[in-house]
Amino acid sequence: MIKTDIIIIGAGPTALFTVFQAGLLKLKCHLIDSLAQPGGQCAEIYPKKPIYDIPSHPEIMAGDLVDRLLKQIEPFQPGFTLGETAVDIQRQTDDSFIVITNKGTQHHAKVVAIAGGLGTFEPRKPNLEGLQHWEDRGVDYIIRDPEKYRGKKVLIAGGGDSALDWTIVLAEVAQQVILIHRRNEFRGALDTVDKVQSLKDQNKIKLITPAEVSVLKGNTHLQTVVVKQQEMTTEHSVDYFIPLFGLTPKLGPISNWGLEIEKNAIKVDNSLDYQTNIPGIYAIGDINTYPGKLKLILCGFHEATLMCQSAFKRIYPEKRNVLKYTTVSGITGFDGSRKEVQKSTIKSIK
Amino acid sequence: MDIKITIIDREGVSHQLEAPTDMSMNLMEVCKAYELPVEGTCGGMAMCASCQCYVLSGHELAEKTPDEEAMLSEAFYVKENSRLGCQIAMDEKLEGLKVELAPE
Repeated sequence: MIKTDIIIIGAGPTALFTVFQAGLLKLKCHLIDSLAQPGGQCAEIYPKKPIYDIPSHPEIMAGDLVDRLLKQIEPFQPGFTLGETAVDIQRQTDDSFIVITNKGTQHHAKVVAIAGGLGTFEPRKPNLEGLQHWEDRGVDYIIRDPEKYRGKKVLIAGGGDSALDWTIVLAEVAQQVILIHRRNEFRGALDTVDKVQSLKDQNKIKLITPAEVSVLKGNTHLQTVVVKQQEMTTEHSVDYFIPLFGLTPKLGPISNWGLEIEKNAIKVDNSLDYQTNIPGIYAIGDINTYPGKLKLILCGFHEATLMCQSAFKRIYPEKRNVLKYTTVSGITGFDGSRKEVQKSTIKSIK
Repeated sequence: MDIKITIIDREGVSHQLEAPTDMSMNLMEVCKAYELPVEGTCGGMAMCASCQCYVLSGHELAEKTPDEEAMLSEAFYVKENSRLGCQIAMDEKLEGLKVELAPE
């Protein structure tokens, strides 16, 4: 069991900044995110796009913002459970919580902060008849371990970065890789597109465009994929069909936690501390709603800051606390590091 | 100047809206402003297709950018007249525009 002061669900900018504000109050944080890397949407969807409304940054790339936040919270040594989705929360008799992920990892804390943004990113599934039947029987939406496909015949569908990246990886591992896409053009990093082109030229992969998968066939396991290319259909014997059409956010399991939900967001008390209807569970950033709510990173930072003050009172009801300025108090990390203003020297000038 | 546009939602209900042309809004944002069920997940970067719609009127729209083309090539339920609402800027030429929201 992972024990901490604040369990943060999500690892986007608001979640990351919570670690900093909690750290100033000497509270430890552990973050859980369904994506494999921290940064949320900023890292997953638009790392190379600029943001113009972060105070003091006239322009900053979303990916750089994440990197800087990670650097800023380094002294506070946050824990991470990445690539796992928080599915269940259990309130304990002492009013603390245990949060459990889809892989069974358990986390214990007195405070839970939901900073889940738009929710959990789930794969977008193509509209194919009987698709669900073949899930875990030859249809995969996420590649977790390329070794699974060693020596197998794989058909990948999609035209973005992940379809291209995995085509390159699996070309080395699988017996056969077919990449199909609805258009001849691919949207990906230039060198990735070039690499796939050269794999095709060397006959290491088969490329079928513009085409779509139309029918899946098999017995207990997927065996054949029918591909429609304009007026022509072809059948391909495969072991795996991997549609890679990006991710779409869903509120997911959080919606069953007994929290008050309004328009796909969690209602909070914004006049006080961004607490939900369940004491001890807070919701901050894009995932919450209240009158006048704006889904902006800078608003998430503000919400995180107020929330941490309230969390402190909940964790240490008997302790008195007063807001401190980092310029005055410096920063003392859990790693023993210390940042502080340089002392001025008092010396007379003759 | 406001223009009148018609949005048919996913239940087939027709909504007549007045859209401002001087607020640099796009169709996705207009739908959100009227609390129609358009998610606009990516915020308008042509990266999620949650604002996909079918253009029913014969208005001449600005050409699709490569980003919009690419997104529509990966989206589902795409038809000949599919567009991403976030890429349709509100201007006076769109008076009387009629669109239908694509399935989610």
